[in-house]
Amino acid sequence: MSAFSAINEEREIDRDEYTPGVEPQPTWCPGCGDFSVLKALKQALPEIGRSPEETLLCTGIGCSGKLNSYLDTYGFHTIHGRSLPVARAAKLANPGLEVIAAGGDGDGYGIGGNHFIHTARENHDMTYIVFNNEIFGLTKGQTSPTSPKGHKSKTQPHGSAKEPLKPLSLSLNAGASYVARTAAVNPNQAKEILIEAMEHDGFAHVDFLTQCPTWNKDARQYVPYIDVNESDDYDFDPTDRVEAAEMMRETEESLNEGKVLTGRYYVDEDRPSYGQEKRAIGEMPEEPLAERYWDDDYEWERSYDRFVGKHA
Amino acid sequence: MTDQELIWRISGGSGDGIASTSQNFAKALMRSGLNVFTHRHYPSRIRGGHTYTEIRAAADPVKSRGDGYNFLLALGDSFARNPQEEAVYGNEEIKPLSENLDELREGGVIVYDEGLLDASEIPDFEERAEENDWHVYPLDLRGLAREQGREVMRNTAGVGATCALTGMDLDHVEELMRDAMPEKILDPNLEILHIAYDQVREEHDVDAHDVSVPTGEHDEEQLLMSGSDAIAYGAIDEGCRFIAGYPMTPWTEVFTIMTQNLPELGGISEQVEDEIAAAALAVGASHAGVKAMSGSSGGGFALMSEPLGLAEMTETPVVLIEAMRAGPSTGMPTKPEQSDLEHVLYTSQGDSQRVVIAPGTVEEAYDQSRLAFRLAYEYQIPSILLYDQKLGGELMNVPKSHFDREPNPALGNTLTEDELADEPHSADGKFHRFQHDVEDGVPPRSIPGQKGGRYLATGNEHDPTGHICEDADNRIAQIDRRTQKLEAIRADLDSEPTSAFYGPDEAEYGIMTFGSQQGTVEEAVDRLNDAGHSVKSLGVSDMLPFPSDEVEAFIQSVDEVLVVEMTASGQFRGLVQKNLGQYGEKLSSLLKYNGNPFEPAEIVDGFEAVVVEGDAEAPNHQTTFVPTAGD
Repeated sequence: MSAFSAINEEREIDRDEYTPGVEPQPTWCPGCGDFSVLKALKQALPEIGRSPEETLLCTGIGCSGKLNSYLDTYGFHTIHGRSLPVARAAKLANPGLEVIAAGGDGDGYGIGGNHFIHTARENHDMTYIVFNNEIFGLTKGQTSPTSPKGHKSKTQPHGSAKEPLKPLSLSLNAGASYVARTAAVNPNQAKEILIEAMEHDGFAHVDFLTQCPTWNKDARQYVPYIDVNESDDYDFDPTDRVEAAEMMRETEESLNEGKVLTGRYYVDEDRPSYGQEKRAIGEMPEEPLAERYWDDDYEWERSYDRFVGKHA
Repeated sequence: MTDQELIWRISGGSGDGIASTSQNFAKALMRSGLNVFTHRHYPSRIRGGHTYTEIRAAADPVKSRGDGYNFLLALGDSFARNPQEEAVYGNEEIKPLSENLDELREGGVIVYDEGLLDASEIPDFEERAEENDWHVYPLDLRGLAREQGREVMRNTAGVGATCALTGMDLDHVEELMRDAMPEKILDPNLEILHIAYDQVREEHDVDAHDVSVPTGEHDEEQLLMSGSDAIAYGAIDEGCRFIAGYPMTPWTEVFTIMTQNLPELGGISEQVEDEIAAAALAVGASHAGVKAMSGSSGGGFALMSEPLGLAEMTETPVVLIEAMRAGPSTGMPTKPEQSDLEHVLYTSQGDSQRVVIAPGTVEEAYDQSRLAFRLAYEYQIPSILLYDQKLGGELMNVPKSHFDREPNPALGNTLTEDELADEPHSADGKFHRFQHDVEDGVPPRSIPGQKGGRYLATGNEHDPTGHICEDADNRIAQIDRRTQKLEAIRADLDSEPTSAFYGPDEAEYGIMTFGSQQGTVEEAVDRLNDAGHSVKSLGVSDMLPFPSDEVEAFIQSVDEVLVVEMTASGQFRGLVQKNLGQYGEKLSSLLKYNGNPFEPAEIVDGFEAVVVEGDAEAPNHQTTFVPTAGD
């Protein structure tokens, strides 16, 4: 019997279960795109049948990090840039959990960029939502890794001399097996993409355009948006790596020109997740490791029996 | 000092098999009934550079490297570069024979491979040999090995020659070779061993010198182990089945041992992108209900300070290990030092709420590795095991029975789903993970996936429900509760003290140290008492929470205390004074920070000069004396 009976329990789940009793109203600014991420998650989680107590949401620091306070699952509000290593270890420790990591663009593409690259490379079975508002919001409007070239702020008074980071292309090249972009202004697509991302067996990266009405006033509200999978103007196959790369490039360049393209860009259902790879080479137990500590019948091997011969 | 001891130094280049040859020889000596202790010296290079291992063997217990050595087996450095005296690194080819030659004791034996080394390149070699009564045996070890098949087997020829010259029976060496070598190379090696042995006995006067292998007998079966082995085995016996890390000398040893064994033990090892990730993974795995560890050496540990603070704030149990090496920055990667003490005690955001333990011996490394896990999981706090390149890499014999222990995989203060149902919850079903008023300050935890246990773990200050909270009264209550855990841990540790007291209770003087210098200090205490002084020692392991009562009682019981440590700034002495708030007039320091651990004589001579004679400086310029505050 599992020590974690919330995992894979058969029951109907109501989206209200995700709303905490304390501080149910988020403190994000009116008009903030972050509300849409919360709403999309509350819709998507019951649809895939994952309850609050079998879900672990790991966040970083920033406005996006407050997501944990408004989505009532098991949560780990970590430190700036570090949600991914915490989240992926939890998934390895207990693969039965639905593990989601979330953070801002500074968090994921700046300070946590190394973790992003390697988590994608390893294809951990988890969903990573990046609240991309092209700015540092909570610290009051500094230029971020995705801010457009020439972006002026108190920390870049002469306008940023840097090209913005291209998150979709980076993700694809690093090894993510599901890459999508959605926008706060497109709630239906957001929900569908999150459902797909969470159901995907591998690292699913969702770049979520979340407008910042306070610190990024001059920026687009990400409308109108175009769904590249639906629009007749675009014809590409998201399972084709080369076509996906080309579509991503066009999307990333056109965002700077004011055209908001969204959709599923890359989907590789064949690539085994990291857990599957580890198990295939005998480096990860078949049963969730976290269960073993509750198994009274498990015989823990003594180092004495294992190693003494080597040293005698 | 033991009356009769062999200190055998085998020297060559990195990549020449010095480590494996010496390990086998040390084990052969142990199996013959002797106590052994090895000391490694190696450069941060894959190939070449001067490397040596010393094996000290005696019938009496040996707890430290010795003073100098009395037998040198100088093999060639087959990867040596710059064979010129004026090159930056000097003439590397001759280094196995020339380096530290002054430390060879009077009457000592030198065997060198004349197939590779030319003693005439060493200035005044013959005069020095005569002056010091060194017995020199130039042997063509390479030629001998080559005749039997492979040049690389010249190490074996050297061991054969050693046995011939020291009166050591070949049985144990042969037995070891049979255990350790694959069949393909075993036969030629055995042949070389015997030919070298016989040739030396036939062609040389093996009794012309006084260096010989002592004979001894053990009361019980012994194991040859390093601190790194012991730390890893302690972790495994505490049910640690998850490790994450990034390679860095010298912590890599423990990481490697764990990684090679965890898959078979049904555990998981992760080599990750950097040490921030490594520590964060250990935190994540532990949060999800697995006993987890990470570790590094100074530079890598610096990156861990962020997740370390997160573990403190979220009260996530985790064990980190720190294998110190000479700093700052890259420092001297393969050389021991103890100067990360303050780094490990204080690094990360806010007031330290962690456990730091520094074992002094191989046995303590095992015990305290287990202790670090027990405290971490029972008290939901990060525990750090602090050791160094010396303790990690030295091999010594330890009684087998010490490791005959039962595992303890318990998760500590963690609730079952049934127990969770009786714990306080908010109206919406959120579990109150961080309650203010709990015994010992430790609120029990739940694990993600458990029904009725959901809560938010956050690096922000939070209220009893886990909700982010900056209320002043709550802040005080939470800090006080977390601090209360350290007091409870101190009381827990007092029930089974980890400190090592040594020497006569009523001694007049004290020597205090921490971590890996303990054995060397204890040998110095024996010698000082034999020489008519009255000295005892205290080796402290608990760095945080500090055993103030114990240390204070020790200081009060003597007239003066010499604090011995491998730092340049007297960090341990500073820690003692910070915790006790006085005794500056009683504590002086003997420091060593040249990249090598203390030799017992340096402590003996230093003590006699600065404490007994009142000299202003240590007699050996490789060590530094810092007087008491009153001087």
